[in-house]
Amino acid sequence: MARKSTTRRVVVSTIGAWFFGFLIFFPILWMVLASFKTELEAFAIPPSFLFFHWTTENYATVQERSDYFHHALNSIIIAGGSTLIALLIAIPAAWSMAFSPTRRTKDILLWMLSTKMMPPVGVLVPIYLIFKTFGLLDSRIGLVFILCLGNLPIVIWMLFTYFKEIPRDILEAARMDGATIGRELVYVLTPMAIPGLASTMLLNLILAWNEAFWTLNLSTSEAAPLTTFIASYSSPEGLFWAKLSAASTLAIAPILVLGWFSQKQLVRGLTFGAVK
Amino acid sequence: MATRQTQLLARSLLTPAVGLLFIWMIVPLALTIYFSTLHYSLLDPGSESFVGLENFRYFLTDPAFLASLQNTLVLVGSVLALTVLLGIPLALLLDQPVIGLNVVRLMVIAPFFVMPTVSALVWKNLLMHPVSGLFAWIASVFGLTPIDWFTDAPLLAVILIVSWQWLPFATLILLTAMQSLDEEQKEAAEMDGASAISTFIYITLPHLARPITVVILIETIFLLTVFAEIYVTTGGGPGLSTTNIAFLIYSQALIQYDVGTASAGGLVAVVIANIVAFFLVRIVGRNLEA
Repeated sequence: MARKSTTRRVVVSTIGAWFFGFLIFFPILWMVLASFKTELEAFAIPPSFLFFHWTTENYATVQERSDYFHHALNSIIIAGGSTLIALLIAIPAAWSMAFSPTRRTKDILLWMLSTKMMPPVGVLVPIYLIFKTFGLLDSRIGLVFILCLGNLPIVIWMLFTYFKEIPRDILEAARMDGATIGRELVYVLTPMAIPGLASTMLLNLILAWNEAFWTLNLSTSEAAPLTTFIASYSSPEGLFWAKLSAASTLAIAPILVLGWFSQKQLVRGLTFGAVK
Repeated sequence: MATRQTQLLARSLLTPAVGLLFIWMIVPLALTIYFSTLHYSLLDPGSESFVGLENFRYFLTDPAFLASLQNTLVLVGSVLALTVLLGIPLALLLDQPVIGLNVVRLMVIAPFFVMPTVSALVWKNLLMHPVSGLFAWIASVFGLTPIDWFTDAPLLAVILIVSWQWLPFATLILLTAMQSLDEEQKEAAEMDGASAISTFIYITLPHLARPITVVILIETIFLLTVFAEIYVTTGGGPGLSTTNIAFLIYSQALIQYDVGTASAGGLVAVVIANIVAFFLVRIVGRNLEA
C-alpha cells in the first residue's frame, strides 16, 4: 500500500512540476519559435504553434541591418573585462580576509555589502557628469569600470565564503613543511579554490551581461552592448516581432547556457552566503 | 600563526579592494549631496547657484513624487507577494520526487537569466499586444474581450513582467532551503501520524522563515530600482502611471536635465534603500558568526 501511494505521488508531482515548469518557460519558447517565423506569421491571429514555414532569414536580417555582432562583441568585452578585473582585485582581498582575519574583518565585509545596497539611480547624476567630462560616455572602458565596481562586493563575498571552506589544517601542514607563501598559493590554495573561482566568475559574467541600468544610460551606439541594442526595438517601425525575437534569442542563448551551469552557485552568490 | 609579516601582507592585499570601493561609494555620493544643494540645469550651464534645501522641497512636494512613491510601493509589494506566494508552492512541488526534475528545474530558472530588456519587450509585444498578442488570442478563444494591458492596466503589466523575472529567484532559494531541511525530522513527524499539512506548517514553514526573509530583502533592493522594464515598455506612462522613483529621477536628470532636483531625488532613493539595507546587513551579519 505504501508503495502504491508513492507511485501515485510521483505521477501527480511529476505532472504538476512539468506543467508549471513549462508554463514559466513558455514565454522564452514562444520567443524562440517567433524568431523562425516570417513577420506576417509572427503577427498572425490565430497564432501557429509549430506548423508554420520555418525560416532563418530573421537572423540574417538582424546581422545585416544592425550589425548584431558588433553589439555582441561589446557585451563580451564589457561583461568579460569587468569580471576579469573584479576577480583580480577581489582574489587577494578575499584571500586575506579568509586566511588572516582580524577583528575588523567582519565589519569590512558588511561595509562592502552595504556599498552594493546603494541604488544606482542615487548616483546616476554624478556618474553621468563624470563620464561626460572625461569623454567616457558610450565607451566600453567606462562601462567595464562601472560594472566592475558595481559587482565587486558580490565577487569578494562569494570568494570569501569559498575560501573560508578550505580547511586551514592543510595550509598549516604546508607551512610546517616549509612552503613559502608563494608556493602555498600556487600548489595548495589554487587547486582547492578553482571550483569557487569558476562559479564566482560565471555568476558575475551573467550579472554583467544582463546589467541594464548603467548600460542603458551610459551607452548609445558605439559601445552599446546587447541590452541597449535590444532596447532599440522599443520604438520600431513596421513589423518587427520576428526580428526582435531573433535578436533576443541570440542575446540570451549564451547566458542561458552559462546560467544553467551555475544554478547552484547562484543561490549562494546572490544571498551573500546567507542561504547555501 | 599570524606573524607580523603575514599581517602586513594581508593588509596590503586588502587595500586595493577597500580603497576602490571607498572611492566608488564616497565620491559620487558626495557629488550628489553637493549637486542637490545647487540650482543646476544642464540646459543652462554656468548658472549654478546655491539654493540650500530648495531642491528637496521641490522634489518632495512635486505631485510626481507622491505618485511615483506610490507606484514604487505597489510594484515592490505586489512583486514580493507574487513571487513568495507562488514560490513556496512551486518549491514544495520541486522538492517532491519528480521524474526529469533537472529539466523542470532548468525551465523554472530560465527567466532569471533573460536580460530585462528582452523579457520586457517579448512580454509587451508577443504576449500582451491587445490585437496580435498570445493573451489576446487566448481571451478571444474563451469569448472574452482582450485586455489592452499597457493602456488599461499598465502598472499591472509591469508587475507581471517583473514577477516573471523574479519568481525563479524566490523558488530557487526556497527550494535550496527546503533541501537542507533534515529529512529525518520530516519522517519522524510522518511516523507520529502528522498530516502533510501540519508537517508543512510546523516543520517546513518555520524552517523557511529565514530564507523567506532573505528573499524579501534582496528582492526589495533590486525591485526598488526597477528601470529597464519601464524604460522599454511604457516610458513611465501613460501619464505617471508606471513612473517609479528610479524612473522619475532618471527623467529629471537625463530628459529634463535638472541636475539639482535629480540629485535631491537620488538622495531620497539612497535613504529608502538604506532602511532596507540596514535590516539585510543585520541578518547576513548574524549568519557570519556561525
